[in-house]
Amino acid sequence: MKDEVTREERIDSLKGMGCSRKRVEDARFTQGKGNYVDDIKLDGMLFGDFVRTPYAHARIVSINTEEAMKVPGVLAVLTAADLEPLGLHWMPTLAGDKQMVLADGKVLFQGQEVAFVVAEDRYAAADGIEQVEVEYEELPVIVDPFEALQSDVVLREDLVGEGGTLPDGAHGPRKHHNHIFTWEAGDKDPTAEVIAEADVVAEESMYYHRTHPCPLETCGCVASMDKVNGKLTLWGTFQAPHAIRTVVSLISGIEEHNIRVISPDIGGGFGNKVGAYPGYVCSVVASIVTGKPVKWIEDRMDNLMTTAFARDYHMTGKIAATKEGKITGLQCHVTADHGGFDACADPTKFPAGFMNICTGSYDIPTAYLEVDGVYTNKAPGGVSYRCSFRVTEAVYFIERMIEVLAIELNMDAAELRRINFIKKEQFPYTAALGWEYDSGDYHTAWEKALKAVDYEGLRAEQAQRVADFKAGKTRSLMGIGLSFFTEIVGAGPVKNCDILGLGMFDSCEIRIHPTGSAIARLGTISQGQGHATTFAQILASEIGLPADSITIEEGDTDTAPYGLGTYGSRSTPVAGAATAMAGRKIRAKAQMIAAYLLEVHDNDVEFDVDRFVVKGAPEQFKTMKEIAFAAYNQAIPGIEPGLEAVSYYDPPNMTYPFGAYVCVMDIDVDTGVPDIRRFYALDDCGTRINPMIIEGQVHGGLTEALAVALGQEIAYDDMGNVKTGTLMDFFLPTAWEVPNYETDHTVTPSPHHPIGAKGVGESPHVGGVPCFSNAVQDAFRPFGNRHTNMPHDHWRIWKTANDLGLHD
Amino acid sequence: MIPAAFAYYRPTDMAGVISLLQEHGDDARVMAGGHSLIPMMKLRMADVPHLIDLQAVGGLSGIAIGSGGIRIGAMVTQSEIIDDDALSAAAPILREAALQIADPQVRNMGTVGGNVANGDPGNDMPGLMQCLDATFSLIGPDGVRDVPARAFYEAAYMTARGDEEVLTAVTIPLPAGGYAYEKQKRKIGDYATAAAAVQIVKDGDICTAASIAMTNLSDTPIFSEAAGAALIGTSVDDAALQAATDAMQGDIDPSEDNRGPVAFKKHVAGVVLRRAIARAWSRA
Repeated sequence: MKDEVTREERIDSLKGMGCSRKRVEDARFTQGKGNYVDDIKLDGMLFGDFVRTPYAHARIVSINTEEAMKVPGVLAVLTAADLEPLGLHWMPTLAGDKQMVLADGKVLFQGQEVAFVVAEDRYAAADGIEQVEVEYEELPVIVDPFEALQSDVVLREDLVGEGGTLPDGAHGPRKHHNHIFTWEAGDKDPTAEVIAEADVVAEESMYYHRTHPCPLETCGCVASMDKVNGKLTLWGTFQAPHAIRTVVSLISGIEEHNIRVISPDIGGGFGNKVGAYPGYVCSVVASIVTGKPVKWIEDRMDNLMTTAFARDYHMTGKIAATKEGKITGLQCHVTADHGGFDACADPTKFPAGFMNICTGSYDIPTAYLEVDGVYTNKAPGGVSYRCSFRVTEAVYFIERMIEVLAIELNMDAAELRRINFIKKEQFPYTAALGWEYDSGDYHTAWEKALKAVDYEGLRAEQAQRVADFKAGKTRSLMGIGLSFFTEIVGAGPVKNCDILGLGMFDSCEIRIHPTGSAIARLGTISQGQGHATTFAQILASEIGLPADSITIEEGDTDTAPYGLGTYGSRSTPVAGAATAMAGRKIRAKAQMIAAYLLEVHDNDVEFDVDRFVVKGAPEQFKTMKEIAFAAYNQAIPGIEPGLEAVSYYDPPNMTYPFGAYVCVMDIDVDTGVPDIRRFYALDDCGTRINPMIIEGQVHGGLTEALAVALGQEIAYDDMGNVKTGTLMDFFLPTAWEVPNYETDHTVTPSPHHPIGAKGVGESPHVGGVPCFSNAVQDAFRPFGNRHTNMPHDHWRIWKTANDLGLHD
Repeated sequence: MIPAAFAYYRPTDMAGVISLLQEHGDDARVMAGGHSLIPMMKLRMADVPHLIDLQAVGGLSGIAIGSGGIRIGAMVTQSEIIDDDALSAAAPILREAALQIADPQVRNMGTVGGNVANGDPGNDMPGLMQCLDATFSLIGPDGVRDVPARAFYEAAYMTARGDEEVLTAVTIPLPAGGYAYEKQKRKIGDYATAAAAVQIVKDGDICTAASIAMTNLSDTPIFSEAAGAALIGTSVDDAALQAATDAMQGDIDPSEDNRGPVAFKKHVAGVVLRRAIARAWSRA
């Protein structure tokens, strides 16, 4: 049989890796046909909503639910007293602490859940909430972690032993009743020695403000307990549905096989939907109590004020270098504000996440990191907002320290980076704080970026602008923001990474159908990343069936194999690897079937795009489609019928994507208004599966970086009131505020990943925040600016100019 | 974000509106576009047991431009202001300002009448109408009366409108000379950090008339007569600009919020006003 189709055409028709295949999800999303948790409507479904405290720290004197129960449509009002007999008034957090499900005697942050009103509809629930009478006795409020560590006020009496003793926390000894843990990495004394003996030391303190992931869809769930068969179904906005199933089983005592967790379409997660929230527990309890399905959906204020903040790191650093600019040591101390409960979403052994990636992209021989976690009267959370665990904080820290060191050395910051990068030949590179970077070619990426923007030309233009400003010809300054970042994603090796004891592997199960199409199910869950598109592309290239003939399904724990979910850019590094490995198992069996059909030995056939061919006789082949049919319908001696495979992938290492970003910004000195003239982003995420989706991810991540750097903050006043609880004050950029992004790439595959891919969803956020911030800071460098804290909103930029005397 | 229960009315004539207002007193509120009132109700910050929708009431729409001035019906939307070419020719500052209000979706619903009647110091139209020396027509149980925009605002959300009155139209004398509406805001959809409305008339090189109003820098819009006066008779040189901004600073009284502290707002108010005057002068 003569093959009329060229090999290139066969490759193209698969729409495999490297193809900018259009997103298969978008047909339903753009036509309003998505199925989000709030779209779920069940017969007799009830609604639950919370009474929340207006006080940030108060004792609860009494709760009177009598009037609320009289509101038409209100069926139940749950308080801690109702949950206590079930042992559900507190719940474990992901960080080894425990958290009140409903206020047990006191409240610790504004917006904390006090009572759960269950009603026939959400209007009745809202009316019922108004009628619950709670008497509070106000307590002193602490919103500053440094004050918390000095204060006599005890925020968590439950963690103080008899006679004021302090039992160890989940991460070791505690120094003070408001202290949670101290976590260290690296070598303390050698680092101090290097700093003491260095030619040059730059010191800086910086506050990475509290912010919030703010997905378009807020958190929510529907719990439905079937009392007849004893099965609980829980639909929800879960970034890790399998982990939620296990956690629900552990805390409720319901056997895991009787729990089905379903993550339907999710409207953005960015870390906000990793944790377990009181709303989930209360909905489950309310469904058990009433025997009816119960829905709980946050409104925007609930979401911003109570579920999963990010950042809130007070960081102090010292960076040591020779007078030529070779970095010799780095020291970092963090005071981490965790709020009223330690609910940070980090792997168990990493209470400060991967903050110890803070040596960045640089060959720094000696380093030491110490993190102190602290309780305050702020909301719990501490999630990784569009980054791997605390990597955004780490990269911001090192990219600011580099800039400050450049000032100290009176050196160009691009050159300082260049002479300190880890060299290509040093990979795999073991950093001073312990991580083994898999691969990188930083110098090539950096040169490409600087050339693309004409860095020398920009600096000349900036110098002219400064001269013009000083001569009174302009009131506008120009900032050139640089950042070079290394991410650490793909958590991760089970030997290092678990959450609540659940190893962080991931999985893929493939079933090939007789006619040559397939379904693959994964332990991850897309929240907009386009998994149904990209995972099908990986499989198309691995098994030679068209991506268009492969359905990807995630999020239903009854059907999908167990996995730890989607966050920390782990889907491609871990589940993507599982997909490739499962695909290779399919291919291995297909090879035996092909050899049988072609009447040759197994080793005499080889895979070629979409078929197995007889070596040396390419006209003799069997397509994967033919093989699939034979697998089911032809008796083959020694081979079971069917064509299925499953792979659980425990990665040998993390992956380390990197990138080089440049931002050019004009700043109106008199109003503090920045204007981003140019943003260039070069990303190296290893093998590129779908360039269009990568570009979309980069645009999204940069936009969230712009938001955080230029204004997005969860701010509290001294009384613990949230000042930014609506989208009027919480900055969510629109198309209007977003510049045009120029994207670029290099490709340095991961050596240990089956397809060499590293993950990209979070890189642009991690690299973008310091780039925007550095642009603002750089504009004022010629006038003596060293560092100012984000967010760089108009008034803070104006204040920088004002403090430097530029308005005089 | 769930409002308390309320009764909804959709009367088809003004008499029906007035009788509902008389019946329910301050338990009733009229609603034009609803883009200020409904969020306040959803936050349960506004308690409106009786909500009267004006959408079906006749006689509140339309833009009429005559030799004596411009009449804008209370239910004219910001989008209609932007889209009306004759209006933009007669009073271009209206389009320049309306384009800086909220976003296109909100402008499709938000009305001129609602914007000026609500008394929210963050709204842009009140200051603009003071700059243009507009007159607001009110109808109530005792008939119709006119109130100058410059005398309408008493405090935040407190105006000269009685509880049983409805604002039906805005009348503006045909503006002359150059114009500018300059607004600094944090993002699309935001209220002003500071905004300035300026109309200015030039004869040769000399300013013969100037009208200046500021937005979101006090608990009412601020018509700064002194700032305008400081320009008249000058060539709008640096000294005159300084005198005008100094005069304006004496009239505003900003308060600290998430946009920034008082010192910043005062500084930006000065910058915004200077730029507005300069642009208006260049167009005069």
